Amino acid sequence: MDKRTSESAKSLKKNPPKPAKKEEVLQGNEACAKGALYAGCRFFAGYPITPSTEIIEMMSSEMQKCGGAFIQMEDEIGSACAIIGARWGGKKAMTATSGPGYTLMQEAIGFAAVTETPIVIVNVQRGGPSTGQPTMSSQQDIYQARYGSHGDYEIIVLSPSSVQEMYDFTVRAFELSEQFRTPVILLADEVIGHMREKVVLEDGSRNIKSVKQKYVVSPQADFFQGENTLVEGQLHDSMGRRIGHVPSKSGEFVNNINKKIRDHVDVIADIRTYFMDDADVAIVAYGSVVRPAINAVKLARKVEDDRLRPKLRIFRDIFRKGVQETINTDYSHLKVGLVKINTVWPFPEELLREATRDVHTVIVPEMNVGKYSREVERVLKDKTVIPMSKCGGDIHTPQEILDEILREVGVDE
Amino acid sequence: MNKLYEKYIKTDSLPTLFCPGCGNGIIQFAAINAIDKLGIKDDIACVSGIGCSSWIPCYYKLDVMHTMHGRALAFAEGLKLARPDKKILVFTGDGDCLAIGGNHLMHAAARNIDLTVVMANNYIYGMTGGQKSPSTPKGSVTKTSPFGSIDEPIDGCRLVMALGASYVARWTTAHPVQLAGSIAEGIEHRGFSFIEVQTQCPVQAGKGVYGEKDPAAIMQKYKERTYLYREGSEPVEGKIPVGVFRHDKNALEYIERVEAKLKEQGIERG
Repeated sequence: MDKRTSESAKSLKKNPPKPAKKEEVLQGNEACAKGALYAGCRFFAGYPITPSTEIIEMMSSEMQKCGGAFIQMEDEIGSACAIIGARWGGKKAMTATSGPGYTLMQEAIGFAAVTETPIVIVNVQRGGPSTGQPTMSSQQDIYQARYGSHGDYEIIVLSPSSVQEMYDFTVRAFELSEQFRTPVILLADEVIGHMREKVVLEDGSRNIKSVKQKYVVSPQADFFQGENTLVEGQLHDSMGRRIGHVPSKSGEFVNNINKKIRDHVDVIADIRTYFMDDADVAIVAYGSVVRPAINAVKLARKVEDDRLRPKLRIFRDIFRKGVQETINTDYSHLKVGLVKINTVWPFPEELLREATRDVHTVIVPEMNVGKYSREVERVLKDKTVIPMSKCGGDIHTPQEILDEILREVGVDE
Repeated sequence: MNKLYEKYIKTDSLPTLFCPGCGNGIIQFAAINAIDKLGIKDDIACVSGIGCSSWIPCYYKLDVMHTMHGRALAFAEGLKLARPDKKILVFTGDGDCLAIGGNHLMHAAARNIDLTVVMANNYIYGMTGGQKSPSTPKGSVTKTSPFGSIDEPIDGCRLVMALGASYVARWTTAHPVQLAGSIAEGIEHRGFSFIEVQTQCPVQAGKGVYGEKDPAAIMQKYKERTYLYREGSEPVEGKIPVGVFRHDKNALEYIERVEAKLKEQGIERG
């Protein structure tokens, strides 16, 4: 052992990672890793890919220190398979990836759905298709997150819009995955993954218990409990025996796998509303686009918010120039509110209908060709739903969102 | 019914989906023999991929994971890392292991992670109806090589030996006792154990691949075409070696290496 390693070893010994309840400035990807460890995740398998790599990097040291196991696999599908294997070995397990890696994992996501394996998969979205834009953000995987694997299944997908939510939603993902015995996708994006913000970290570590029976179609025990568990990718009965050749039983199984999620949207769904009490126009947003959306609302409503005023003078000048027009414009006729979707799938139909009951127009800004807006349109048939697509990697600015609203709603309305 | 069968086979799941004359029954029983000999019924789990041979463990009264095509080893590695105190037996076939799963095989062997892999090599994609596999002998007529296969077959044993597997053996379904012995040895061995079993698929391969249709005749051919390999023995022209090719008890296993590194760096496990 050379001097340097021995010193670093000593300092590691002196300062073991302490899970204290405290505030830290963290990157989104780091917050995700910390959230997973707090939630009791004790197995991580992964493969480096931009812009999610910081998660595997942090796990490669912190997982071991928490007594868990870490492995860098040979590819992403292997990583997804390894975490399923580890979960049946009794360890809560997670992997993290992006773009092409997420596509490669799809077969394993279907396997986890049909075998009712609780796992968490993080997709820090980048621009596609194909190799696309490795270092830029997008929300293009919104449908792949729901329909990526072949066959009919329902899945739970959470979409964080801040570093704090990267931490909180990772914990929530583990809760939901155990509760419903299903894979849960944390659908982040490059903006959130690489952003640094203050995060309040929880104390110690939680042991999220697996709720065995309530929402499970074909319950099986973890391995090495003496139960002769048979984990079967073919459609199967509660003993794991194949029923794929029996149409009636197979149909029932597929319906039940879907219904266990679809019939409990009320338990899963989570949205937040801002300024919706008197709103005529609603912005519906998820993920990082929530950030410019909420600022658009604040600008329209002339809300004083310190966080909107940069501290450094150079940024302050740029900022002032940027919002001068906004500040001088009278938006008093524009009653804009925001509906922020935390659980993008299953689609929170009822909550969205309720939240937007009194608005006439809904605008859906998203960093793709306008995908989620289709689902919003399907549910809000009596409203004017306006997709606001932005591709290329840049996030919408608050001004762009405001301009779009003005264009659609009209200045003199 | 045989006592061991009663102890290890879910009789309510019978009959198996194997065709008449299939070699999988011999492999299934050899593995039961090995597990029973070691007395580790409660400390072993099975993982398999997709293909006829991957159905072998699905009838066992054990914890079994019947996974995705080619990915059994990736699942098995996760399971092993979650439960390093247990033994994992992987069933796979020549297509599952050498074609779609080749990447995982390479890396699992290179890691020398403590898994025991039984690769049933019938030289054909049997479940899909008889297409050429990576191990199909050159010249064989199959459903996807109608003019005769043009590819050199891949030798799984030589591949994993090159990468660092620490226990490597090959037997055929005509060597059931030796096979059971090697599976037991492989399970006991701490490291990556790879056991190839040359087996017969009289229904989908038959004459086009083995030159014989009758299962007994194919097994007879296996006896005649193989010779017993011993360390330092000369290769026999035109024959396939069977036996234990490597048994390296000193090679450090993956999880042992992980723990050793953490200890060396003074990292405490929480």
